[in-house]
Parts: sequence; structure tokens; C-alpha cells
Amino acid sequence: MDLTTPVASSGGAGTGSTTHPGADPQAAAYVLRIADACLIHGQRLAEWCGHAPVLEEDIALTNIALDHIGQARMALTLAGELEGRGRDEDALAYQRLEHDFRNVTMLELPNGDFARTLLRCFLWSAFMNVLWAALAESRNAQLAAIAAKSLKEARYHLRHTADWVVRLGDGTDESHRRIGRALGELWPYTAEWFDADAVDAAAAASGLGPSWGRLAPAWQALVTPVLQEAGLVPPADTPFRSTGKRGVHSEHMGLVLAEMQALPRAFPGAVW
Amino acid sequence: MSELLAAPLTRDGAWTVLESVLDPEVPVLSVVELGIVRDVQVGDDGVHVTVTPTYSGCPATETIRASIVDALRAAGADNVAVHMQLAPAWTTDWIAPAAAEKLRRYGIAPPHLAGSPLAAQPLRFHPRALHCPRCDSTHTEQLSAFGSTACKALYRCLTCREPFDYFKPI
Repeated sequence: MDLTTPVASSGGAGTGSTTHPGADPQAAAYVLRIADACLIHGQRLAEWCGHAPVLEEDIALTNIALDHIGQARMALTLAGELEGRGRDEDALAYQRLEHDFRNVTMLELPNGDFARTLLRCFLWSAFMNVLWAALAESRNAQLAAIAAKSLKEARYHLRHTADWVVRLGDGTDESHRRIGRALGELWPYTAEWFDADAVDAAAAASGLGPSWGRLAPAWQALVTPVLQEAGLVPPADTPFRSTGKRGVHSEHMGLVLAEMQALPRAFPGAVW
Repeated sequence: MSELLAAPLTRDGAWTVLESVLDPEVPVLSVVELGIVRDVQVGDDGVHVTVTPTYSGCPATETIRASIVDALRAAGADNVAVHMQLAPAWTTDWIAPAAAEKLRRYGIAPPHLAGSPLAAQPLRFHPRALHCPRCDSTHTEQLSAFGSTACKALYRCLTCREPFDYFKPI
């Protein structure tokens, strides 16, 4: 992928920092949240390879996983450039520790059953449809390009998973019970997505991207009609807030990373 | 032909070479017909080819890059650089009508028009009246929203009973 040449900011030299003058840590943090979300969700979805209830859905989940990993590669590369410490996509994916990852917590949770995996993918794809559409207008040309491309893929993921949410919610007693249970378990983790902080404020001010706190109405407009059609009612909001975006993860994150990073850590520089 | 006698590769010549580089996953279309070659420049420092990826995670991207380099080198280019360009994002609307007909003869239903990427799109799947690429019947159904490669979905014709791939519009 071609790199966007960072524009040197005036007065950035001579600070004794190891980063280059165009480095923008707040922008890197914003992009890293997106990149890590794609990466960890892709990793979780890929666990279904060979295990889905039917072949068609095995192919679907792994195709969606592949799209996510492709998006993660592009976004990680951009995050590395914005960070300005010379880390490429592989360094960021394989050589960071758990507390350096910035994905929202929901995506690192165990897959659970098929209903829970599909519901999570639906809720998150709806969010990414809203976010990618907004990022297509980013003042950062590279992020805008990644977003315009990824939006097309996320839209297909949303359609596929929305169909399944309705099929399971409005299906048999057993499928309804399972996806209803998944909604009760996962819904509290969506609150974190819309808690804006200094990273959001900096991104909104610079035109890099929207504050995630402003995305809730558009997300609800996608999610609510599908849940209604599926006969599902989300639980009431609670004060619970997950904290993956800030690098404070659940106990499941370490296991995801252990599996994902085992080979490159055991054999540094290994290639196919 | 001896390399010493070979005429230097021109820009038109490079395009002609690329028209023979087939997509590894849809080996009836060239990378030019697929619409992923966005630009070709021939300069003193070699041939520069600008390519846009189809899907973010498409595993064929690296193979395509290598095939382009190999084909141009075989045609006499000493230095070949392949640049990946994301914007504007690839769309199946760039597949030429003649190429769509090739797809159909190969047994793949060509994509419908995808339209503007930022335009409002239906939230749910709406099955389309796809023509079976073998018998032209519109009595078809989707078997799987995802297929053998990232760019395809799997359908079946209820008239001739043959399964077929549909090139997803994107």
C-alpha cells in the first residue's frame, strides 16, 4: 500500500522525541481503535473456520473474517504512520502487549454459539457502517480511502447478519431463546462504543473522523428495526462500562493474543 | 527473439501485455477487463502500474501483483513497479460489458450495477431475478451469500438445476 507522506509540522523538531515531526499520537490512537477492532473481530470470526453449523455459513464467517483482516492491515499501516515510530502492520499486530490494544471489549469476548457470533457481527457491522460512511469524508485522504472501500464490505456483512438475526429471532423457540440470551449478554458492551473521550475530541476537531459519541442515533436507526422484526427487545441500559478502548481488557483478550501472536513471537520474521 | 533486438516496451505495449494477465480466481477475465488496472506509465526508470484491490482481504492480490511483474518482465521491461491505490474504491461497475458476457459464458452471472458507494442502500438482502448463465431462466435462488471467493455468491437455477456463481455487485 502506498504511504501518505506525513506533512512536517512546524516547530516539531528538536523536542528530543524519537517520533518524526509528522507524528500525531492522538490521531494514531483514533485509527488504532478502528484497526484493532477489525483485527480482533476478524481473529474471533476466523475461529469458526471448519466449525460453523452449515458449510455456507462457514464460508460466510471466514469471508467476513478475511474482509476484517484486510481492513485491519490497511488501518494498522496508517496507525503506524501516524504514530511515527516506524512500526508496520506486523509490528503492531504481533508485537504489542494486551494493554496496548485499543479494540472495544465486545469483540474480544468468546464467540459463544452461532447466534451470539452472528448477533455480535450484526451489532458491530451496523456501527462500522455508520463509522466508515462518516470516515469516507475524513480530512486524512488515506483514512477516507480505506473507509470508502471498507464501507462496501461492511454493508454486505450487515445485510447478511441482519437476515440471520431476523431468521433466528423469528425462528424456532430454541433459536429465539439463544439469540435473546446473546442480546442480553452483549448489549451492555455496546455502551462503551458511544463514550467519547479526548481521542474523539481531537479527531473531531482535526477533521480526522467523527466523535464516536455522535454515532448512536444513526446506529440505532440501523439496529432497532431489525431487532423489532426479529421479535427481540434489548435489555435496559445499566451503568456498566467496558474499557477495551482504553486498553483495559477482559480476561479473554490475553487468550486471543496468545493464539494470534504465538507463531510470530516464536519465529520472529517468519514468512510464508 | 534476442533481448538486444527487442523494441523497448511502450505504454500501449504494456497495456496489451496486461490484457493477457488473467485474474487467478476468475481466469476468464484479464486484470484490465476486471477494471483493477487504473494506470500504466512507462518512463526511464521502468514501467509503473497502478492497481486497485478488489476486496480488502482478497488473497489473490499478491498473486496478481506477481503476475503483472512477471508478464511485463517477459515482455522486455527491466524494472516494473506495481503501486496499490485504494481510492477511488474498486467497483464491479468497471467491468466492461464485453467482459460481463465472457463471465456469463464461463458460467458466472455478471454483477448488476452497484451504483454510488455512499448512496442509501437497502439494509436487508433483496433477492434479484438473476438469469441463469446456462439456460437464461430467471427461476433461480440464492444458496449462499458468500461463495468460493470473496467476490462471488452461490446461486442455483431451479429450471436446469445447475448451481452457478454470481459476481456480487460492490
